[in-house]
Amino acid sequence: MAEILKMTQPLITAEAVSRSYLKGQHQVPVLRGVRLAVARGEFVSVIGQSGSGKSTLLHIMGLLDSPDVGEVLLGGSRIDNLNQAARDQLRNHVFGFIFQFYHLLPELSLLENVMTPLMIRHSIFGFIKRRREIRDAALGILQQVGLEHRLKHRPSELSGGEMQRGAIARALVGRPEILLADEPTGNLDAETGAGIMELLNRLNHDQKLTIVMVTHDNAIASQAHRTVQLVQGRIQAAGKDAETDPQQRLTA
Amino acid sequence: MYKLLLCLRYLRTRYIALACIISVMLGVATMIVVNSVMAGFTTEMRDRLHNFLADIVIESRGTAGIEDAEMQMDRVRKAAGQYIAAMTPTIEIPGMMTFTDPWSGETYTAPIQIQGIDPAGKAQVGPLQDYLDSYNPVLEDGIEVRPALRSRKSPLGWELTAEGDKHFRMVQERNRMFLEDRQPEPPAANQPVPEIDSPVFDNEPAPATAKNTSSVAETPAPAGIDAAPQEASPEILFTNDEPAAKAADGPLEARIYLGEGLVSFMARNPESGRQQKIMMVQPGDNVILSTITAGTPPDVTKFQATVVDTFRSGMNEYDSSIVLMNLAALQKYRGMHLNNAISSIHIRLKDYSTSPQVLAALEQAFPPGMVNIRTWEEKQGMLLSAVEVETAILNVLLFLIIAVAGFGILAIFYMIVVEKTRDIGILKSLGASSSGVMSIFLSYGLGLGITGSAAGVFIGLLFVRYINEIEDVLSWITGRKVFDEKIYFFLEIPTHVNPWMVVWVAAGAIAIAVLASILPARRAAALHPVRALRFE
Repeated sequence: MAEILKMTQPLITAEAVSRSYLKGQHQVPVLRGVRLAVARGEFVSVIGQSGSGKSTLLHIMGLLDSPDVGEVLLGGSRIDNLNQAARDQLRNHVFGFIFQFYHLLPELSLLENVMTPLMIRHSIFGFIKRRREIRDAALGILQQVGLEHRLKHRPSELSGGEMQRGAIARALVGRPEILLADEPTGNLDAETGAGIMELLNRLNHDQKLTIVMVTHDNAIASQAHRTVQLVQGRIQAAGKDAETDPQQRLTA
Repeated sequence: MYKLLLCLRYLRTRYIALACIISVMLGVATMIVVNSVMAGFTTEMRDRLHNFLADIVIESRGTAGIEDAEMQMDRVRKAAGQYIAAMTPTIEIPGMMTFTDPWSGETYTAPIQIQGIDPAGKAQVGPLQDYLDSYNPVLEDGIEVRPALRSRKSPLGWELTAEGDKHFRMVQERNRMFLEDRQPEPPAANQPVPEIDSPVFDNEPAPATAKNTSSVAETPAPAGIDAAPQEASPEILFTNDEPAAKAADGPLEARIYLGEGLVSFMARNPESGRQQKIMMVQPGDNVILSTITAGTPPDVTKFQATVVDTFRSGMNEYDSSIVLMNLAALQKYRGMHLNNAISSIHIRLKDYSTSPQVLAALEQAFPPGMVNIRTWEEKQGMLLSAVEVETAILNVLLFLIIAVAGFGILAIFYMIVVEKTRDIGILKSLGASSSGVMSIFLSYGLGLGITGSAAGVFIGLLFVRYINEIEDVLSWITGRKVFDEKIYFFLEIPTHVNPWMVVWVAAGAIAIAVLASILPARRAAALHPVRALRFE
C-alpha cells in the first residue's frame, strides 16, 4: 500500500494532523492524528457526523486553519508553516473553496463575485491592464456552469442552485489545482444537489481537477472515487474502492 | 482592485454610512462658516484699526512733542523716502471735553484723546472721508434717509456745512436772546454759575468771575454769544480772549471732528418703537475742550471749539474717545506753535511689506531715545493677539466637533465590521491578505471623510455666500434682528474665506475619519478566517 502511494506521489497530504479548540475552559479535540493523501485528479469525499472534524480537516488542508500537530504537504513540500503572505498566495492560486452556504458577497453582482479571486490576485493597475482577459475568463467559467444569463444579478436574486454554481465558478476562475468543497449540496434539494454533483464529476473527469469534498450524506459521498470516514476526529474506514480504484482511473 | 470595488459598494449600499458622512459634513461646514465670519470680522477690524492708525507711527516720548515738524519730516524723507507714500504731522494729547445735552439740559464732561491733524494730510494716510458724516449719506435699513451733505470731490477742511452753519447761527441767536432776557437784572451774569460744570467752577479763583461779569458788561454782543449760559460759557473767558472776539461773526478758531460715540446714544423712538441714534452735539455746536500745555510742568488749558463734523470709523475704541482738531489751533493752545512742535508723524507706506526696512532706517535716522517708532500692528498688539488667541481657541473647540464625528465613525465602523465578518472570511478564503482587508476599511473611512468633507465644504461655502439672506430669514422667523447692524456698524455680516483654511479643515476632517477607521480596520484584518466563516 505504501509502495503504491509513494509511486503516485500524492498532490496534497494531511499528515498526522491534530487540532483542538478551546471551548470555554476546556480543550476540545476535533482531529486526533488524521492522515489523508489525495492524488492529482482524484475525487475524494470525507464523510462523517456533525462535529466529527471533517470541516476542520478541509480548512487545515486549505490553509484557512493551522494544525496543532502534524503537517500539510503540497506536492511533497510542507505548506502549513509558511508565512501569512505565502499562505494567502497559495489560497488564491492553488485552492478553490466552495461552501454549504455559497458565501457569495451580497454587494457584488454574480460576474463581480466570480471575478473576485482574480481581482485579489492582481493589483489595481494589473487588473485594469488585464480587464478584458479577466472578464473573459469569468464569462467562460460562468458559461461552463450555465449561468451566462445571470451576470448582472445580485446573489439575493439567484436561486440556491444558481448561487452554488456561481460559487463553483468563483472557485474555478483562478485555475486552482485543488477544489475543496464543504457540504456543497447540504443546503439544496435532492434534484439541485444532483445537478451540482454532476457538475463536480464533469469537472473532475474533463479537467482532471482534484476535488476533496466533505459531506454527511452517504449517497452524495458515494459518487466520489474514494470515501474516507471520519469518526470523532479519526479516520474510521476507507471506502470500498479506496486504494485501488483511483489508481486505475489515473492510469487509465 | 477588490478593495476599491468593495469599498465603493459598501459606501453606496450602507445607509448607516450616511450618518458618518452627515456628521463629518456638519462639522466641516460649521468650522468653515465660523472661521469665515471670524476672519471677516477680524479683517474688517484690522482694516479699521489700520486705516485710522496709518502704517507706521513715529511718536515723541513726552507730552511736549518734538520740535520742527518740517525738519523731522525731512529726516524721515531722507531716511526712507522711497518707501513712503504719504505722511502727516499730528499732535496726540489726552484731554477732557465738556458739552451740554440739549435733551436733558445736563452738562457732561468726558475724557478724550485730542488729535491735532491737517485733514488733507490725514486723508492721505487713511480714508478720513469715508468716516466723516457729512461726506456720507445716512442709511437706515439700507435706505438712504439723508443724502451726503458734501460732495466727495469737495476738499477736506474745517468749514461748516450749510446745515451746520444754520445750526450755529440758531444756537448763537438763542443764546443772545437768552442773555438779553437776563441782562436787566444785575446778578443775571452770575446766574449761570450754578449750572456750570462744578469742578471747573470750583477751581476758578474769584476774580475770574468778576472779569466775566465785567466783559459781559463792556461788550454785550460777543460775550453774549460766547458766554451762552447753558453752554457753560464762562470758561471761554478764562482761557483765551481772541477766539471769543472772532466768534462774534462766525465759528471759533478751534474746529473739531467729534467721534460719534462720544456724543450719541441709542434710544427707543416711542413712535416707531425702534432703536435710534440720538446725537447730543451737532455740527455747529460749541464744546469746551481742556488739555495740558506743552510746558514743563504742563499747565491746564481750556478753550472752546466748534464742532464741524462727526466721524465714525467703526472702531468703538476710537469713536468714543477721539476728537480730531485743526493742528494749527491745537499747537497754539498748547504753546507749540512757536517751534512748530508736533507729537507724532503718521506714515503710509507704498507697500506695507517693506515696514521692517523702513523701521530699521528710521531707527537710524532719529537720535536714540527721542521717539518711538512702531507699526500699527505693534501699537495694537494686545488687541490683535487677543483676537488671534480667541480664533485659535475657537478652532480647537470646533475641531472637537469633528473629533466627535470621528468617534461616531469608529462606532459605526465597528458595527459594519461585525456585520461583514462572514464576507471578510470569504475574502480571506479567496486569498485576500490581512492588509488587503484592512485597507478596505481604511479606504472606506477615507471615502467617508472625502465625501463628508466635500459636502461640508460645499454647504459651508454656500452658507457663507448667502449668510445675509439666511440672517434675514432667521430674523423673520424669530421676529427680532439676529445681527443688528447698528451695534456692529456693518451693513452686512462680513465674511472672508481663506482657501487655506478650507483646505486645512477638509484635510483635518479626512484625517480624523481615517484615524477613526484604523481600529475597526485592524479588527477586521485580525479576524480568523475560519471563525469568520462559521459566523452566522
